[in-house]
Formats: sequence, structure tokens, C-alpha cells
Amino acid sequence: MKLSADQDKCIGAGRCVLVAPELFDQRDDDGVVEILQEQPPPAQLEIARNAVALCPAAALFAEDA
Amino acid sequence: MASRTSRTVIVGAGAAGLATAEALRAGGFEDELVLLGDELHDPYDRPPLSKQLLSGSWTDDRAVLRTREQLRSAGVAYRPGVRATGLNTAEQALTLDDSASVEYDALVIATGMTPRRLPFGHDLRGVHLLRTMDDLVGLRSELRPDSRVAVVGGGFLGCEIAATCRLLGASVALVEPMELPLRNVIGDDLGALVADLHREHGVAWYLGRSVAGFLSVDGRVSGLRLTDGRELDADVVVVAIGAVPCVEWLDGSGVLLAESGGVRCDEHGRAQDGVWAVGDVAAWYSPRHARWIRVEHRFTANQHAQVVAADILARRPFITTAAAAAEPMVPYFWSDQYDFKLQVHGVPSGAFEVVEGSLDERRFVGLYVDDGRVSAVAGAGMAKALRRWRQAVVDLTPVTDLPGWRSAV
Repeated sequence: MKLSADQDKCIGAGRCVLVAPELFDQRDDDGVVEILQEQPPPAQLEIARNAVALCPAAALFAEDA
Repeated sequence: MASRTSRTVIVGAGAAGLATAEALRAGGFEDELVLLGDELHDPYDRPPLSKQLLSGSWTDDRAVLRTREQLRSAGVAYRPGVRATGLNTAEQALTLDDSASVEYDALVIATGMTPRRLPFGHDLRGVHLLRTMDDLVGLRSELRPDSRVAVVGGGFLGCEIAATCRLLGASVALVEPMELPLRNVIGDDLGALVADLHREHGVAWYLGRSVAGFLSVDGRVSGLRLTDGRELDADVVVVAIGAVPCVEWLDGSGVLLAESGGVRCDEHGRAQDGVWAVGDVAAWYSPRHARWIRVEHRFTANQHAQVVAADILARRPFITTAAAAAEPMVPYFWSDQYDFKLQVHGVPSGAFEVVEGSLDERRFVGLYVDDGRVSAVAGAGMAKALRRWRQAVVDLTPVTDLPGWRSAV
């Protein structure tokens, strides 16, 4: 799986960080998403999918590699 | 029934319906999946309508959530332009406006809302609603830098439309029956902040008044008359006075409604055996509020979708349940107006107290404290701090347990 984010769509809700703190963070100044691991390890795949699915701004994407 | 595989039908192709379809597939659902949408567009996201799409800073395709090609390859039978007109739960069948009938094994109601209308004036050219992509295209085509816009309703949608129209250069009047906008949602402190924000950007507020009628010339709106007798010139009017759940097609079906008018569901989104409801149309039982609540926020659509997909999948012992429902059902919403980006976790009730930053700087985190516990947190310009405070809402933390709590709220 490959994670990507559309930072222009991101609203800084931080939902992804709440679900998957090992995969996502927020920029300090405006809260916009930063991806920490583009390719989540196997143990984090389900969590990654959940974070993507919950994003209220539809700003996250998970492509099956 | 035995002649076909199991079929799940989702009525409504907005964010909640689409997310439910995708969560089912992601969770391993292998049977037939039908997604009915009453619009002709590919499923799209509504929050950008009042902001990026109205301003033109995004092209309209930026709001598309999935194309029909993507849906087809995900095994979702998307049927645009089809409206459900009736439901027979005994027969497990829907009637559609193309007079066909569809049987289902599992039904997900995701029909969303329709905007409330004034009892007059909607037949005039220049009078708009904003709920759909078609509404957006109609409104946007009339906006000019020299337009005189009147927005009826100072809720979040009305405020966002007002802000976008100001950014486009139009003059804007905002008519709101309450003395402070949004006070019923976010309280007096933040309501006053929002009122000041718009004043600074040149919006003329008409608070404590409603619209009594429209003025028109040759079938086109030219202004409006307020309940205090004042007349305002306007060549574009946007009516944003809330919305009501789309449930009329459920008349006689036996599906129960909550007081809010939404489909009454338990905390897993079940309305009755084999029937679920998600998103704006659904009033789920909230254990933390001990009542049915209908939440019109974008995030709730995603939360509902995860829980309902897991519940539908759990009926099938050969499929593992999606790991979703551990997420506590704390609502979340945001509103962007000019450079002010408000975020709220929870359902605000009780007194509001700033705990970080300041309202004057419009950079703050504040708590709503009801009966000694944190019901919600609101913030702007401090996204990471706000995220950390959210846990106090999840835990319904007594304020006396909060480090540094100094107020006798």
C-alpha cells in the first residue's frame, strides 16, 4: 500500500493522527497532514485504511501497490 | 431469492452512501452492491460547494469523490439519476421513480437532506439554494464582483456563502433571526466572534429579523423586505435556513423516525432488521447523550459508514469484521470563513471557556463545560493543540480533573 495526501484539501482535523499516529502527523503551524510512512508496515495496513476512510476532507488516498 | 446472490442496496450516493459501499468492499463484502443516486453526477463532496467551488479556486472535478469508472472497478453498481419512491420491508423491495423495483437483503438508507425553503419567493429568478452541484452551478453563474447578494440564514452554510461572496467582491447582506449568529450551536462567545469577523470583512448583518417577502421586477428578484419593514436591494438571494431529512419515501414502510425527523437507529445504525441508515438522514442512539441524535456533519458520514459496514459484515460469519467500531462516536465539524478556520469536536453544550490562546487573536482552544464535564472543544489556528484536547470530550472529563483548570465554570 502507498499512502498519499492532498495537502490543499486537508483541513487539519487531525483525524488521521488520532487513528494512526505512527503514519501521520500535522504541521505545527496550520495542522495540515504530513505522512510519516508512505508504505505502512503490514501490521498498520488496516489502521491506514481506516484513517483514509475517516478523513472528513477526503484528502487521503491509499493505493494498493 | 435463492436464484441470486445476496444484494445490498444503498439509497443515496452522497458521502455517507459512498463511504458505506467502500467500507463494505474494504471489509471483504463479495456480494452484489448497488448504489442509487438521485443526481446525475459522479459522487461528490458537499463541503467545498460553499467554499472552493463557489469561489472558483477549485475546478468542480476536485470535489468528485469517485468516478463511475472507479466505482465499476470496485464492483459497485452505481445507478445515477434514480430516486427511491417507496419501501416495502416485508417484501424487502424498493420502488424507484423509473417504476422499476429492486429487492434487497440489506438496505442502507443514505438519502441525506433537502434544503428548507421559505414559503414564498423560490419561483423568482435570482433566488437560490445551495445543496447540490446543480445548485452551485446556478448560483455561481449569477455572481459578479458587483453583485448585491443577500444571504438568508446566518448558520454555517450562510456564513460560508457570505464569506465566499465577499472574497469575490460582491456586497453581502446577511439576515439572521437570532441576535447572534450560530449561538444555538457554538454559544454566544463564538457567535459574537463570527459576527465581528463578517463585519470586519464588510458584511452587513441584519440580526434579529427574518424575511417577510421578496421584491421583484419581471420575475427576477430585486430585493427583500424584512420583518421590521426595511427593504434591501439584492440581485442574488441565497436561502440557507437549514435542511430536512429526505424520508418522505419511507412513508408507510414501518421504518421509524426520531423526533429530529431522521431515521431512528440504534448505536450500530440499525433501523430494523436488515435496514440501516447513515449520514445526515440518520438519527442514531447516542449512549453518551442518552438520546437519538442526528448529526449533519461531513465526518459523521464516514463514522457511520464504518460502523454500518462492520455490522452488515458481521452478519456473515465467514468474513472478519472490519476493525472500525472502536472509534468513539464523537462528532466533529469545521467551518472555513475567510482565514478563520473553526473546528469543533463534540456536541457543544454548557458554558464556554478558553483554555489556550485567546479569542481576540482568533487563535484559541476552548472547552464547553456542561454539568461539570467537557461536552465539546472548539478551536481555531491551533489544530494540534485542539486535537489533544479532544480526549477530554471522549472521556467526558470532569473539569476538576483537568490540569491547570482555574475557573469556577
